[in-house]
Amino acid sequence: MPRRVPVLENILGANDRLADENRARLDQACVLGINLMASPGAGKTSLIERTVRALAGKLRLAVIDGDIATSLDADRATAAGATAIQINTGGECHLDAVMVQGALQQLDLFHLDLLIVENVGNLICPAAFRLGTHHNVLIASVPEGDDKPYKYPGMYRGVDVLLINKVDLLPYVAFDMGRFQRGVELLNPGVATFAVSCRTGEGLSAWLSWVEAAVAGRLMDTKGPQSSTASQ
Amino acid sequence: MHELAVTQSVLEIVLRHARQAGGARVSAIHLVVGQLSSIVDDSVAYYWESVARDTPAEGARLHFRRIPARFRCEACGREFPLQEETRDCPGCANGLVRLIAGDEFSVESIEVDADGVPPSGPAGG
Repeated sequence: MPRRVPVLENILGANDRLADENRARLDQACVLGINLMASPGAGKTSLIERTVRALAGKLRLAVIDGDIATSLDADRATAAGATAIQINTGGECHLDAVMVQGALQQLDLFHLDLLIVENVGNLICPAAFRLGTHHNVLIASVPEGDDKPYKYPGMYRGVDVLLINKVDLLPYVAFDMGRFQRGVELLNPGVATFAVSCRTGEGLSAWLSWVEAAVAGRLMDTKGPQSSTASQ
Repeated sequence: MHELAVTQSVLEIVLRHARQAGGARVSAIHLVVGQLSSIVDDSVAYYWESVARDTPAEGARLHFRRIPARFRCEACGREFPLQEETRDCPGCANGLVRLIAGDEFSVESIEVDADGVPPSGPAGG
């Protein structure tokens, strides 16, 4: 007779443990980590270019670029003024904590303030794999349609910040902002949302302020006068 | 399409727990998969055959228990399933709701044979 053995173990637990290690490395070096996710073409690289150009004089930035092939995105981040590390996933549809750990080893974390990880363009898989970053940020874009929160609930549920990019196209595209936002609220009530256009620059100052505040908060946490050995 | 990596992870967990329990062979695996966890049962089952080959879990049957997504209204406490296109609580129309089930993805239990005799009869697949 077979015997039933209880297990109750999360299947992605091994990835979670490595993500915790990545988080500890970032915390030790006082670096704020952002995991930037979106479908292909939503504007991840454009947002990174904008963010790097705007903040390069104030913050020390690095970008980890995940792509199935090519270093096109890392080249754009480098041109904008960031240190960029390319990860070619060789077909994998998402970054995981192991890949990010390898990239972190190539960075001088103690001379950085902000690390942006550009995930593989995909609205499904990246949501399931924690990387160890502090914030999950999703870019939606107007041409994708207002039904995406309903169709990709896992992704919309797991983010702290949502950017709606390409709002300059709203007059030309059948995109019902109310319907979109109702879907977001259903899955992720109260998520911080910024409507932006990386082409025109509209709305980006609010996003940049959020990034700067998040970095400042991180520095306060770890470098402030009250800093202790406690870790989260 | 990350079911291959996921299936390898399932195998690692299953073999570790089977070893700890002193089981020589694993005859069945019970998985819990939430509606929102975007895992395709058929793909996991497909990869399982090749991933588990030549291990003590070869031929083990996979059982998937699907957990539907459920929400709870923060205002009135009512619980309800995922709705098509409304955020509001069907009871009090409040918009502030929380997900309480549907993102599970874990190995719940395994069935092991301690004597090392392969399970009799066709082992599925």
